[in-house]
Amino acid sequence: MNNTNKKARISLIISRILAYGFVIFLCFMCLFCFILLILMASKSNSQMQGAFNFRWGGHFMENLSNAWNDFSINIPVGMVNSFIVAMSSSLLTTYFSALTAYGVHVYNFKLKNFIFTFIMAIMMIPSQVSAVGFIQLAYKFGLTNKLWLLIIPSIAAPVVFFYMKQYLESVLPLEMVEAARIDGSNEFRIFNEIVLPIMKPAVAVQMIFSFVSSWNNFFMPALLLTKEKYKTVPIMIANLRSADYSKFDQGKVFMFILLAILPVMVVYTILSKSIIKGVTSGSVKG
Amino acid sequence: MAKGNEKKHRKSVSYAKWAYIFITPFFITYILFTLIPQFLTVYNSFFENYRNGLEQVGPNFVGLGNYIRLLTPDKSGTIDFLRYLGNSLAMWIAGAVPQFLIALLLAVLFTSTRLNLKGQGLAKTIIYMPNLIMASAFSMLVFSLFSNVGPVNKFLIEAGILKEYYNFFATKISVRTIIAAMNFIMWFGNTTIVLMAGIMGIDQSLFESANLDGADSVHVFFDITLPLLMPILSYALITSMIGGIQMFDVPQVISNGKGTPNMTSTTAIMMLNNYLGISKNYGMSGALSVLLFIITGILGMFVYRSLAKQYKD
Repeated sequence: MNNTNKKARISLIISRILAYGFVIFLCFMCLFCFILLILMASKSNSQMQGAFNFRWGGHFMENLSNAWNDFSINIPVGMVNSFIVAMSSSLLTTYFSALTAYGVHVYNFKLKNFIFTFIMAIMMIPSQVSAVGFIQLAYKFGLTNKLWLLIIPSIAAPVVFFYMKQYLESVLPLEMVEAARIDGSNEFRIFNEIVLPIMKPAVAVQMIFSFVSSWNNFFMPALLLTKEKYKTVPIMIANLRSADYSKFDQGKVFMFILLAILPVMVVYTILSKSIIKGVTSGSVKG
Repeated sequence: MAKGNEKKHRKSVSYAKWAYIFITPFFITYILFTLIPQFLTVYNSFFENYRNGLEQVGPNFVGLGNYIRLLTPDKSGTIDFLRYLGNSLAMWIAGAVPQFLIALLLAVLFTSTRLNLKGQGLAKTIIYMPNLIMASAFSMLVFSLFSNVGPVNKFLIEAGILKEYYNFFATKISVRTIIAAMNFIMWFGNTTIVLMAGIMGIDQSLFESANLDGADSVHVFFDITLPLLMPILSYALITSMIGGIQMFDVPQVISNGKGTPNMTSTTAIMMLNNYLGISKNYGMSGALSVLLFIITGILGMFVYRSLAKQYKD
């Protein structure tokens, strides 16, 4: 008996060591690329011509100012454009999805079931199906290089609607709405002042996801934004690749990449807990 | 009494009005920016409509002409569309196999009450992080690291493993491996978290009684965890595969839109992107989108059904 107990304990310890080793290895693999990125962003072009080493280059601020003031790739403008698009779409998508979900959840009306089924059905249609027609219309009506064209469509986000509807079902007692009505609040005020604050956690999670996916979005913006002053960050980064790569100051290239991913990284480090909770609701798009 | 009824009736009508007011912005936006474009995509697919230099060709009705062109072999006997779709799938599979195996293993380890691993919050934060990185920036980073003058080549030469630099972006196998590895790094954390939620949703008493019966962890995994995890696992597989078919950012930036070498890393969406580029070929791109939509739908159903059946028997 004592012997088997001892055996079991030893096997538990071994399994734990193996498991920790495995997890640490995977974490290291994920971090390594980014450690390398920061390291490379600190090296001058001439340092990179020489042999590779893991030493800090000491030219971080110099690369930063070179990248920031670069003539051909205007990264500050790109970041402002990306921020405008990402921030506005995340605000619109969460507010209107919550509003639509509230409308379908709280009221009884003729088309209620039809509308819910309809939104569930369109959720399955991949966004690329509409891309061709969207691009055609944008060019036909001269709407290329308009940032709002990337923002307004986010009002209708079936996936976010679904998440908000689920959330409302679990947290909003209908009696609360009734009570507010008796107090004489109108329906808009009930939504804005009572329901929306209750939905804060759901709104926060969806805002982050929508911000990130908009910040990283490449396919549609690249087809719609052709003028330098309207380009978003992903387009500028892809342009780095198509420019004559060997002529580029390598320190600057790594700094551009670092600047492109930095805002999302900062948000993520602060809010990682609620982001990871949100993943399980199936809300992240690839 | 009748009056009271009427009042009640009127009241509920006035509330229904609010429902329509609240859902209207969503539907107007959806119709204008998604439904009409979707309809136009399908409509375009039956027309010849493109630009040749400054000259506009079409729109001329060609029936299924665009579809036939997409699915007809060229002089060398290859069907570009199927070839590019095959490229997407090959790169997806190469990334998805380690992605799902490792995610499954991690999910089991993290949820194991026997191991009771510490520091899970931090580990999850780190492995999920690559999923949020801008794919084009990550591609540019990997390209810079592996380029002829990049640190990877420098390091390998220093270490004496290579005599001269190796062009990672000139052979099919290394380009595809790099793209698949990037997809793996970007997605295994996401899959782990989804599968963990699935395992934690399984009735814990099943595991407890299995432990009392003396079942070892391999048996518990194959007889309890895996069958009960099937719905979520197949959901994750389907969404991952649909993402694989839609693969674009990474191969586009890695190969500079050219699918180097020799179009072996061109994906179906890169083909769509080329049609939508300078030539504005709405006819061919429309047909391509419709085909992709159909394929995505069918594959999705197929995977779901086969997995569900396998574990019912």
